[in-house]
Amino acid sequence: MLLDALTLQLGYNATLVTVGATLLGVASGVTGTFLYLRKRALVSDAISHATLPGVGLAFIVMVLLGGDGRSLPGLLMGAALSSWIGLLCVNLLTQRTRLSEDAAIGAVLSVFFGFGIVLLTVIQTMGSGRAAGLESFLLGATAGMLFNDAMVIAVGGALTLLVVVILRRPMTLLAFDPEYAAARGLNVQRMDLAIMALAMAVTVIGLKIVGLILIVAMLIIPPVTARFWTDRTDRMTLIAGLAGGAAAWIGASLSAIAPALPTGPIIVLVSFALFALSLLLAPNRGLLAVGIRHNRFQRRVHLRQGLLALAQGQPIYEAYTLRLLRRAGLAHADGVATDTGRARAAKALRDEKRWETVRQDQAFESAAALYDGLRDIETVLTADQTAEIDHRIGGPKEVQP
Amino acid sequence: MSVSLAANEGVAPSSSSVSDSPLAIRGMTVSYGQKPVVFSVDMTVAEGSMTAIIGPNGAGKSTLLKAALGIVSPLAGQATVFGKPLKSARHRIAYVPQRASVDWDFPTRVIDVVLMGLSRELGLLRRIRPHHMDKARVCLERVGMTEFAERQIGQLSGGQQQRVFLARALAQNADLYLLDEPFAGVDAATEKAIIDVLKALRSEGKTVVAVHHDLTTVPTYFDRVFLINTRRVAEGTVAEAFTPDRLHKTYGGRLATGQIDQLELAAG
Repeated sequence: MLLDALTLQLGYNATLVTVGATLLGVASGVTGTFLYLRKRALVSDAISHATLPGVGLAFIVMVLLGGDGRSLPGLLMGAALSSWIGLLCVNLLTQRTRLSEDAAIGAVLSVFFGFGIVLLTVIQTMGSGRAAGLESFLLGATAGMLFNDAMVIAVGGALTLLVVVILRRPMTLLAFDPEYAAARGLNVQRMDLAIMALAMAVTVIGLKIVGLILIVAMLIIPPVTARFWTDRTDRMTLIAGLAGGAAAWIGASLSAIAPALPTGPIIVLVSFALFALSLLLAPNRGLLAVGIRHNRFQRRVHLRQGLLALAQGQPIYEAYTLRLLRRAGLAHADGVATDTGRARAAKALRDEKRWETVRQDQAFESAAALYDGLRDIETVLTADQTAEIDHRIGGPKEVQP
Repeated sequence: MSVSLAANEGVAPSSSSVSDSPLAIRGMTVSYGQKPVVFSVDMTVAEGSMTAIIGPNGAGKSTLLKAALGIVSPLAGQATVFGKPLKSARHRIAYVPQRASVDWDFPTRVIDVVLMGLSRELGLLRRIRPHHMDKARVCLERVGMTEFAERQIGQLSGGQQQRVFLARALAQNADLYLLDEPFAGVDAATEKAIIDVLKALRSEGKTVVAVHHDLTTVPTYFDRVFLINTRRVAEGTVAEAFTPDRLHKTYGGRLATGQIDQLELAAG
């Protein structure tokens, strides 16, 4: 059943929704990456909530003009206009007053959203009865999705992606180093507005599927997920697009086989599942990898300390250190070194002395940079270099005949 | 005639006219709120020189550079670059911001940062070709960071980060280099690597201006100084302007007389 949904075998409406949602997921993941990198992810929350009064006003205007009032392009244009005004308000409050951005976001978000809810209530009392359905912009509603609706999403998503491809370099430059970008002649304010405009475009075209409350999740979760897997901006953008698209595809398919489940929230939950998996399992940055690395490091530290203690004839107090030494066959249960243990301990002490010399000599700068107090000296020096260091240290002299 | 030539040898030109100076600042005033940080400052950078901008904390050293580059907008004043308005000569400037001004956990590699220096060449859509990579690698080599090209920037030490920033500036192949505290918090090896690169730039005829904190190294690193404490205090060759009374005027009571006397000994 799920396979049917994933392969678009569940009928016309389900197919439209799945394809539309996937395109939206890719566009939002890619766009969200730059919001995240610019550290302005939360502005998207203000942008999305500020769409609501626009939806209401557009409906009223279209009804007053004698139209149906439910034309999707008309409503989306209204949404875009009011969210743009909301965005400009956030910028104005941040730049012209002493308000910090989070306070400006909170103020704009709640005021616009409140005004939007008032408008929706007014519309319901307008008596035309046709207003039914505007609330669906809050959480999205895919049941009655039309081909034209899907086309709006497809075209909007494609245009957004195109703009991201064109602006990816200046946007990356700005996100990494705004001062340098400004010094290079980049118009920082205009580029910031472009990033926000892209987020706004995704928000507006996503209103139909996930709604204005949850679109933030589609902008933020995929880049955060992608960050776990790579240290490169270009790859992160790609992975975020894939993660966003996959979450939307799987989410829409799940809600197609269980029509009682709302599409938007399910997509967000699938997206979260991908995030949780990445958080745990990603190499390098995942919690598991970090934990393993930490334990391994701790073990090396204990072994080293243990060996140095053995070499200097000091007692070993820590049970963990002794356990490690015993397990490695370097010490007996009573803390006395084995033969191998004695040899290794002597080597460790010798390396300490060698490191000391290396770190005092500018000529070995690049080797000294790798010093962590644990490494064997052979991992950074050639045999010749080690011999030279040994010569400098001096040591047990050969017995003269 | 020949005497004066000989006297000038190895010393930067003592002055150059405003009309063709690599960086000429006139009447620059910048304020954060109601308090001017830089007040009506004039500065004329001599071509082919190495100038240290010095002054106490909060004296407006960095702000002066940022205003000249249009990073912060001044209340009054303007800057010309090689005699042209900033807008049309921007590509001849390479700026090295303070290391602490960026997030070093940003998902990017050392080589990618250097490639940012080529953004003018690459434009919006041009693909990064092998010759772009080669150029970036040459710049990394000049600062001794070749082995680090593929590293994530978060794995670098402070000194290495500073060298990467310098490599990015080198990639621009500019004529005027503006550096904001390039020696702040770097190790001795990095300091030497950076000063070697800067001196090499000067010997290629490029102009270097750096905000600088360590007064003891001024005479050995730089040939000209610009002393600022919100207002311009002095400008000229090290011999002319880096004098005890000027330093007193710049730092007020913040430098003990004994310290300044020691500096003079070092300079002598």
